[in-house]
Amino acid sequence: MSAPFYVSPEQLMKDRADYARKGIARGRSNVVMQYADGILFVAENPSKALHKISEVYDRIAFAAVGRYNEFENLRVAGVRLADLTGYTYDRRDVTGRTIANAYAQTLGAIFSGAGEKPYEVEIVVAEVGDTADGDTIYRLTYDGSVADEHDFVAMGGQADHITGLLRDRYQAGATLAAALHIAVGALAQPPDGEPRELGAEQLEVAVLDRTRVRRAFRRLVGAQLDAVLANGAVSE
Amino acid sequence: MTGTTDGLGRLPSAFHQPGVNSFADFLSMHAPEMLPGRRDLGHSSGHPPLEVPHGTTIVAVTFDGGVVMAGDRRATMGNIIAQRDIEKVFQADEHSCVGIAGTAGIAIELVRLFQVELEHYEKLQGTTLSLEGKANRLSMMIRGNLPMAMQGLAVVPLFAGYDLLVPDPSKAGRIFSFDVTGGRYEEHSFHAVGSGSMFARGALKKFFRDDFRQDDAVRACVEALYDAADDDSATGGPDLTRRIFPVVVVCTVDGFRRIADATLGEVVQSVVDARMTRPGGPAAPLN
Repeated sequence: MSAPFYVSPEQLMKDRADYARKGIARGRSNVVMQYADGILFVAENPSKALHKISEVYDRIAFAAVGRYNEFENLRVAGVRLADLTGYTYDRRDVTGRTIANAYAQTLGAIFSGAGEKPYEVEIVVAEVGDTADGDTIYRLTYDGSVADEHDFVAMGGQADHITGLLRDRYQAGATLAAALHIAVGALAQPPDGEPRELGAEQLEVAVLDRTRVRRAFRRLVGAQLDAVLANGAVSE
Repeated sequence: MTGTTDGLGRLPSAFHQPGVNSFADFLSMHAPEMLPGRRDLGHSSGHPPLEVPHGTTIVAVTFDGGVVMAGDRRATMGNIIAQRDIEKVFQADEHSCVGIAGTAGIAIELVRLFQVELEHYEKLQGTTLSLEGKANRLSMMIRGNLPMAMQGLAVVPLFAGYDLLVPDPSKAGRIFSFDVTGGRYEEHSFHAVGSGSMFARGALKKFFRDDFRQDDAVRACVEALYDAADDDSATGGPDLTRRIFPVVVVCTVDGFRRIADATLGEVVQSVVDARMTRPGGPAAPLN
């Protein structure tokens, strides 16, 4: 029996990060963006049943890219943690930070644990506040690092490219229709060549609407989504 | 609460268990001590029953397009009025409501768990449970409380809602009653539970009409609760001096709504005024 090869910790972590990054880069992208009345989530997702955007709690939602089974597992854990915290204490005691911290710990432990492959996921946990200043958006990566984001976040295969586009196009305090128009425009624009046509059937759209009582999460589907999309195109 | 991280800072394995859509099932894996009905009461046989607040009368009446549920505001502890403005009718989810009679502390805890249970399923599955599914879930929770019920801490809820799967709106308002063993029974047209329920049910039997509109159903509930309070000392009547009225809620295709006190105040006033001349309430025609 031969002795195992020595692999430096730096190389080991780099290999794992490359593996996770490659997996994420293969998928389509998501955009999370603040607008006047809350936070908008847009995912390029032709499936009507397998969601990339979900409700976690009254004012908190979840968006993810990467491997479905892995982020679905984290989503379920987040909903359980939120409901358990709310049931133990009070509904107001559930915060986005609680959920983001738990995800960070879990992703970090999986990333550095030798027994498991790293998760190929990137996650946003967003919480809508009473005003735009109170909105919080946490972005979590495969290795468990957390970033507190403002204005907008893009993740997935074309994350860097879309972030560049949004940096020019983002408008603070935009209406829902205008914000959706900006987000879809950025998702539809490939790094080279003409913009693609992204219709309602290829999009999964939801909002955390701060004007709603208690449960702020709402999906935009069907005729409602068509109307908002048409509205944004007209107002341009 | 059991810790929410394992030794390595990760969420414990119960959080990642696939295929569990029920919050109560999740609690039984992760923190069973938080479930109502799982507590060891010790050997309390031979002791007199605990003196704790009890909720009293809940009524529900269907109408064309939904269902109305109402509860009086009194909680009693033996001969003492424990609270005169307790609320015993709650929203269960977007299209259903639940009222409770029995040991108030356990009943309110059970309702909280039931509310979380329905929302939890909705979030995990992306769809709501059927009305029967919700009723069955509630019946399982009551069954879990059976050991406590045997020691005198019984909970008897009444569950009602608008069934979105029933195409005919005049039949979509449905009522389910339960017994302490978790037995679940669908009731037709109207039902009442709690200490004043015999009187309320008797009154509703005379009031109920198949062509009830929402306002009629609300009025019938207030009348029935008045009759219950008239003959049952544990049920509270409308308190006009303190402006404490019954809690009245409606479930229709548009969802759950609680009738505002301003609107309800007028109904209560008119019921009380009518009783000034006829204390027994409206006369039912004999033929």
